[in-house]
Amino acid sequence: MTTSLHQVYDFRGGLYLDEHKSISTSTPIEAALIPSILVLPLSQHIGAAAKPCVAVGDSVLKGQLIATADGRVSAPVHASSSGEVIAIEKRHVPHPSQLKAECIIIKTDGRDTVIEQEQTGLSNYHSLRSDELRQRIHDAGIVGLGGAGFPSHIKLKPGGHHVETLILNAAECEPYITCDDMLMREHAPAIINGLRIMQQALHAKHCMIGIEDNKIEAFTALQEAIGNDTDIDIVRVPTRYPAGGERQLIYSLTGKEAPSQGRPLEIGIVCHNVGTALAVNDAITKAEPLVSRVVTLTGSGIPQPRNIHVLLGTPVDDLLKHCHADSDDIGRIMIGGPMMGFVLDSTTAPVTKTTNCVLVTHKRDIQKPETSLPCIRCGDCADVCPVNLLPQQLYWYARSQEFDHVQDYNLFDCIECGCCDVVCPSRIPLVQYFRFAKTTIWQQERDKEKSDKARERHELRLERLEREKREKRERHNRKKAALKKEPDQKDDPKKAAILAAMKRVKEKKSTESVTPGNTDDLSSEQQSKIDAADARRAKNKKDKNGA
Amino acid sequence: MITHTPQVPSSASVSKLMLHVGYALIPGTAAYVWLFGIGVLIQILLACITAVVTEGIILALRKRPVTQTLADGSALLTAVLLALAISPIAPWWIIVLGTAFAIIFGKQLYGGIGYNPFNPAMLGYVMLLISFPLEMTRWPAAFSLLEQTPTLQTSFDVIFNAGLGVDTVSGATPLDAIKTQLAQGVDISATLISPSYGELFGSLAGVGWEVVSLGFLLGGIYLLLTGRIAWQIPAAMLATLGVLSSIFYLIDSTQYISPLLHLFGGASMLGAFFIATDPVSAATTPRGRIYYGIGIGILTFVIRTWGGYPEGLAFAVLLMNMAAPTIDHYTRPVVFGQSRK
Repeated sequence: MTTSLHQVYDFRGGLYLDEHKSISTSTPIEAALIPSILVLPLSQHIGAAAKPCVAVGDSVLKGQLIATADGRVSAPVHASSSGEVIAIEKRHVPHPSQLKAECIIIKTDGRDTVIEQEQTGLSNYHSLRSDELRQRIHDAGIVGLGGAGFPSHIKLKPGGHHVETLILNAAECEPYITCDDMLMREHAPAIINGLRIMQQALHAKHCMIGIEDNKIEAFTALQEAIGNDTDIDIVRVPTRYPAGGERQLIYSLTGKEAPSQGRPLEIGIVCHNVGTALAVNDAITKAEPLVSRVVTLTGSGIPQPRNIHVLLGTPVDDLLKHCHADSDDIGRIMIGGPMMGFVLDSTTAPVTKTTNCVLVTHKRDIQKPETSLPCIRCGDCADVCPVNLLPQQLYWYARSQEFDHVQDYNLFDCIECGCCDVVCPSRIPLVQYFRFAKTTIWQQERDKEKSDKARERHELRLERLEREKREKRERHNRKKAALKKEPDQKDDPKKAAILAAMKRVKEKKSTESVTPGNTDDLSSEQQSKIDAADARRAKNKKDKNGA
Repeated sequence: MITHTPQVPSSASVSKLMLHVGYALIPGTAAYVWLFGIGVLIQILLACITAVVTEGIILALRKRPVTQTLADGSALLTAVLLALAISPIAPWWIIVLGTAFAIIFGKQLYGGIGYNPFNPAMLGYVMLLISFPLEMTRWPAAFSLLEQTPTLQTSFDVIFNAGLGVDTVSGATPLDAIKTQLAQGVDISATLISPSYGELFGSLAGVGWEVVSLGFLLGGIYLLLTGRIAWQIPAAMLATLGVLSSIFYLIDSTQYISPLLHLFGGASMLGAFFIATDPVSAATTPRGRIYYGIGIGILTFVIRTWGGYPEGLAFAVLLMNMAAPTIDHYTRPVVFGQSRK
């Protein structure tokens, strides 16, 4: 194992923020409580929502599959405790849009009875092929637990790329959040085992762990768990936000820049979060699907900040009650950290696979919103931007809704880390403008796609109508012609006889040929003229007969 | 209720920035007052009053929050910079007119702070220089060069009483003296030791002026160290000015003034750290700021050397203000992750 000597590359920009982490790390991770109601959203990941495979009234057991993955980029959902499905309907979910989404609601029976899984856990995962490992990880419903929620089985597929380095993201750079820190302190061996499983699935040559240098206990625990293995490098990176941003961490550890708008896989690197590693370990070695996660409950509105195992689907309300947070004191609830999280409107929303932190701010700590002043282009925002954007220019164009220019200035490379907001002397909510510009551009693209499709559909319809009209006319004509002919022949034998006679005369005429005279000693030119005349005559006759 | 992130307390503010720029002006201004008289302070006071009144009226007319906007301090800073740029013995109406022009035409008509394409103080300065060349080019001599230190009464008279006694306090500036002499065919080495002008020159540049410049340099270094101004602009500007003037000085020291005189003689230090660094009208990309500084350095040198005015900084700044948007366009930094494409 090589540790302290490993070179750390300095990513650009970033900020030293007040950490507020120690308030929630003084007690061990608490065991899960069983709420009376579980609200399990069908979409707790990036990709298509899962499809329910249970019906209202069904009894379910803990770990039972209740919704199956829909397509490749999707993840199944399991019941996180035993009970009865009482509804499948739209409920509040933790999402920045504050919209409701389809959820499976389970009324728990309190017994927490675990279902017997078909597969058994394997302590020796080496016997499984990569695709078998991926299948099990997929079946366990594992998604990136760091916050993005991308289905993990996809990120464990090299897909033609050679994976040089598997990076375990243990940076946890957002203030307040400590769930990964506590997991590492308490479950380091399982996390390292999970890392090994992922390494095998990816055929990765070696592993690196990037951990911020403020997590001394977690670092020590991981070091012990790694033991004497030489192919896992554990590297301490400076505690500077956003050290845990995927691209920033990759750069810090390897000095490589993951391509803009591309995947790190393209440069032979895959990055996974510690929580995900633990979930992978549990899925493979214990055959346990993802039904719970560790959540940091912290902030000035929580009497005793702590980390707690939470059954997925547990409403935030229950957690607040559990921690004796006085609802009259609560000024604001955020999901995630103060830099990249979002404000939660409804406390009935549940904890999902990607909920790493519930940050509750006491109402006395809520600052009055400040009015922003015009941008003075001081460029402080550009200095702290970890992606090397020019937020002052992006802001200018986003504000005037010049979306072409915004994209020229690489809006879509913005990782929304929020550093620019924090340093802005004019207090402009820059990230808010960038999110607005992004969603507007996406909307415009969707609209354009829609209108393109609509136009195409319209054109096809016109064409179809035209064709139907034409076909109708043709049918009509044929029918008319048929009506004209058929009765003549069938119904009136006399007429038919006459027609037949006329036909015979015609045929006779056409076969009759005039014997050409004076054909001796014709020059080739004369002969060819005669031939042409004959041909014309024959053709005329044929045309006449045919008409 | 705020619903967006990030939500972390921040102490950055525009008024704080302006306040610190103001602090940084203290050493240079103090030296200026000490060596050239109370007139400097009178001009600053006049400018500040004019700026606040003018901006207040315009804001009221534009139906914008008056006190809140005035509190950002930008109007006051413009006023102080303009007051430091003009002669301390100029009549009172010069600074009042200039400041009002700077605030109204340089700033508010464009939409106020953040929207002005030109440095308002320099716009006011150039308007005055073109309209009132006599008043704008009469400078005081350092006290040490005067036969007797002017009284407070003289200082007031010069400004408020139609320039009464102005001849007892005025004197040629070093750059002016050299320019006038060169025009008459007297080369620089002769001017430096001539009986009438030789005493103007100190160890670095002009007597008195060199100390003021060092004061502004000190303040500038404070701003650089605290990260309140971008280092690229002053560094590029002073380096360009230094290199260009050195080259020409080495070619012919009788026709071209020394780099020291360039850097510490005129408004170079004040300009480099306090005027060219005005973020609103300057280039904003890191690389662009270097080009912007180089441009100001070149133009300042060119105008001082071959132009009609002894001091070219104001024109240089305004010309580069015009170029700033184009510079920004062509100097966008490479985004993280795109360098390998």
